[in-house]
Amino acid sequence: MANVKNKKQQPGRIAITGELTIYTALELKDKLLTGLSTAEELELDLSEVGEIDAAGLQLLVMIKQEATAVGKSVRFTGHSPVVLDLLDLSGLAGFFGDPLLFVCKPTHEGKSA
Amino acid sequence: MIPDEYLQTFVIECRELLEQMEEALLIVEQAAEDPEIINAIFRAAHTIKGSAGMFGIDHVVVFTHAAESVLDRVRSGDLSMNSVLAALFIEAHDHLKELISHVAEGSHPADETDNHGKSLIAQLEAYLGEMGGTEAEQAPNLGEMPVVHQAKLEREESEAVETDLWHLSLRFGPEVFRNGMDPFSFVRCLSSLGSIVELVTIIDAIPSGEQMDPETCYLGFEISFSSEADKLAIDNIFNFVRSDCFIRILPPRSKASEYQRLIQELPEQEMRLGEILVKCGTLTPEELDSILRIQSQHGDDPQRPIGEVLVEQQMVSPPVVEAALEKQKQVKDNKKSEAQLIRVDAEKLDELINLVGELIIAGAGTNMIARRAGMADLMESTATLSRLVEEVRDSALALRMVQIGATFNRFQRVVRDVSKELGKDVDLVISGAETELDKTVVEKIGDPLTHLVRNSMDHGIESAELRIARGKPAKGTLKLNAYHDAGSIVLEVSDDGGGLNKEKILAKAIERGLVSEGANLSDKEIYNLIFEAGFSTADTVSNLSGRGVGMDVVRSNIQALRGTVDLDSVEGQGSTIRIRLPLTLAIIDGFMVGVGNASYVIPLDMVVECVELRAWASDEGDGQYLNLRGEVLPYRRLRDHFDMEGDMVQRENVVVVRYGEHKAGLVVDRLMGEFQTVIKPLGRLFKGEKSIGGFTILGSGEVALIVDVPGLMGQIEHEREVGEMAVGAAR
Repeated sequence: MANVKNKKQQPGRIAITGELTIYTALELKDKLLTGLSTAEELELDLSEVGEIDAAGLQLLVMIKQEATAVGKSVRFTGHSPVVLDLLDLSGLAGFFGDPLLFVCKPTHEGKSA
Repeated sequence: MIPDEYLQTFVIECRELLEQMEEALLIVEQAAEDPEIINAIFRAAHTIKGSAGMFGIDHVVVFTHAAESVLDRVRSGDLSMNSVLAALFIEAHDHLKELISHVAEGSHPADETDNHGKSLIAQLEAYLGEMGGTEAEQAPNLGEMPVVHQAKLEREESEAVETDLWHLSLRFGPEVFRNGMDPFSFVRCLSSLGSIVELVTIIDAIPSGEQMDPETCYLGFEISFSSEADKLAIDNIFNFVRSDCFIRILPPRSKASEYQRLIQELPEQEMRLGEILVKCGTLTPEELDSILRIQSQHGDDPQRPIGEVLVEQQMVSPPVVEAALEKQKQVKDNKKSEAQLIRVDAEKLDELINLVGELIIAGAGTNMIARRAGMADLMESTATLSRLVEEVRDSALALRMVQIGATFNRFQRVVRDVSKELGKDVDLVISGAETELDKTVVEKIGDPLTHLVRNSMDHGIESAELRIARGKPAKGTLKLNAYHDAGSIVLEVSDDGGGLNKEKILAKAIERGLVSEGANLSDKEIYNLIFEAGFSTADTVSNLSGRGVGMDVVRSNIQALRGTVDLDSVEGQGSTIRIRLPLTLAIIDGFMVGVGNASYVIPLDMVVECVELRAWASDEGDGQYLNLRGEVLPYRRLRDHFDMEGDMVQRENVVVVRYGEHKAGLVVDRLMGEFQTVIKPLGRLFKGEKSIGGFTILGSGEVALIVDVPGLMGQIEHEREVGEMAVGAAR
């Protein structure tokens, strides 16, 4: 099961363990959003994620975008092999590493036409 | 199938284009070649072909393509446009119009139509063949379009993107997760058939924070994929999600136009061009070169930065660049034109007019109360209010106003066809095309006008020999004119033909029993006899022949619009038919009268005069006729007619009304003055009642009936005839 540990009670750091899938997405969404609201900088430890699917990935994208939107930052650390595998497959590694590379920003629009 | 809304837009656009095309063709047929006009025809054909292609309406594409190819020859000067070719194109235009109407109805053209289309294509292709040029055979597909941007568009249709990769576009439906499926499992499955070269996960649809439902799927993929598998095998992978997903699979070396279509289909709007291309892209060095060329040609173009992005990313082929640019431009263009013109449902306009009507009624009510209360301030402010309401009314009515020009222009074609049919040379001269009138009226006036135009050409304008013999130019002239006159619009159809022969009309009318022998009729009265119902016969004498055919129908159509029609003619010089129509059908100026406790409204323009009944010492003619300054005036007490109860008043008044050539007197209790009336139609229950045309609501909230004067006169006439017959039978 997915669990969120506040390791050493450190604010701004959430470790996700076990499943990061459709089965845990609902509960994780709230936790991640709560975590983001209480900290300026959120670190997500993915080292103990045993399973991840598209719903989980979607969730990570959401929290990343949310953080960008409110001017905070989210870092993912210690990607477990399954996470790395999916990031590789989805081609989203770049998105998480450098949020400006792929994200469609309307500000670029004006110049393009 | 094509979604209805797009299809409708397509059909509307095509019809507009066809109209432009027809107009241009008629000009071309008449006059010498004007490159501008030929271009206009070509553009219309080209655009129709393009959009038909987008919707996959192949038979339209095939047909238009044939026409377009020939037009292109004309444009480039290889072929010269002459009246024969123009006539062929007019036929092609008609066929295309028919095809489009089949598309609109969702029906399939009959075999006959198909065959006609084929023979037209053959005729068109004969022109290409005549060229004998090797070009025509080598490249039937438009390699050599002279205009630059069109050349590019054409190339897209024929040129394949040089990639060995499949391209897959996937947008997963929201229920995918809940249905227990993981989009990535399909991707992994795909790997079993080949190798994924590039995969872009589309995350644009993921909503922000609170709005996001973690169990809803927002994802999509753009995948370029290298595989030896066939399309079916790849397609089969997605069997489980097919129902709620958007899936497009483009095989290697797909035509650029396929990519173009894909870009147009993708849900992401206004996305960055670069990103579209990244998603769609696979690349060869040559294609990259082309991009570089395009970019360097437009060196100082603002698009350059994106070009650079493309170069860096090395992801696209040129037609795809264009497709993406096209999509962006479309979005922009649409926005621009949306701002200038809005298509509005006619029903919404009707509703607005209706509301304005209510407003006028409510305003009248307030006015009345203000006057009764005698408060100066209130009266002043209601006066301002009514002025504003009147302005609102005028602008609301103006919304419905359209120019008569479009309707008139349609007659270019009618005149052309009829002249061919009759072997007469006739010129159509249009004036007053910018005159505006109510859309409903415009729609309904088309048929009567067509009839009049045909009639004038058939029977008015003489044959060329006769014209020369009479010292007129061999070419006949038909004029359509429109102008505003005192709150109504006047449409004139005039010809410079032989005019009407009074004696013959009169003789015919006497023969038909329409007038009694020895009747003293003015010229105008005689001419207008041709509008009588009994006059419509086929076997009439040459000079006035057929002029009466269906003229009574024309008149009744026009009368249904509350209009009138009359005719002027000078023998040997031509005749003019004048149609007078109200500007709008919704609101009229009325003259209000009281009978008993009820109020009635008589359309003001039919009221001639009001006379006190006592001016006549007593009824003459058995209570049926009055002597109006020596004129016999049939009259009717509205009290009797509508079976009203209530006390008789001391001083009854006679309202003399006139419709056409008929006059009648209506006896009423009170005259209440002019009153602006919003006509509301009566329910179906009252359909049989001829003497009431509608009703209106007064300021006080009471209902007043609107007297339909022609209907009432007809009824009186009918009753009199029945009465006479009864008297006759009794003898």
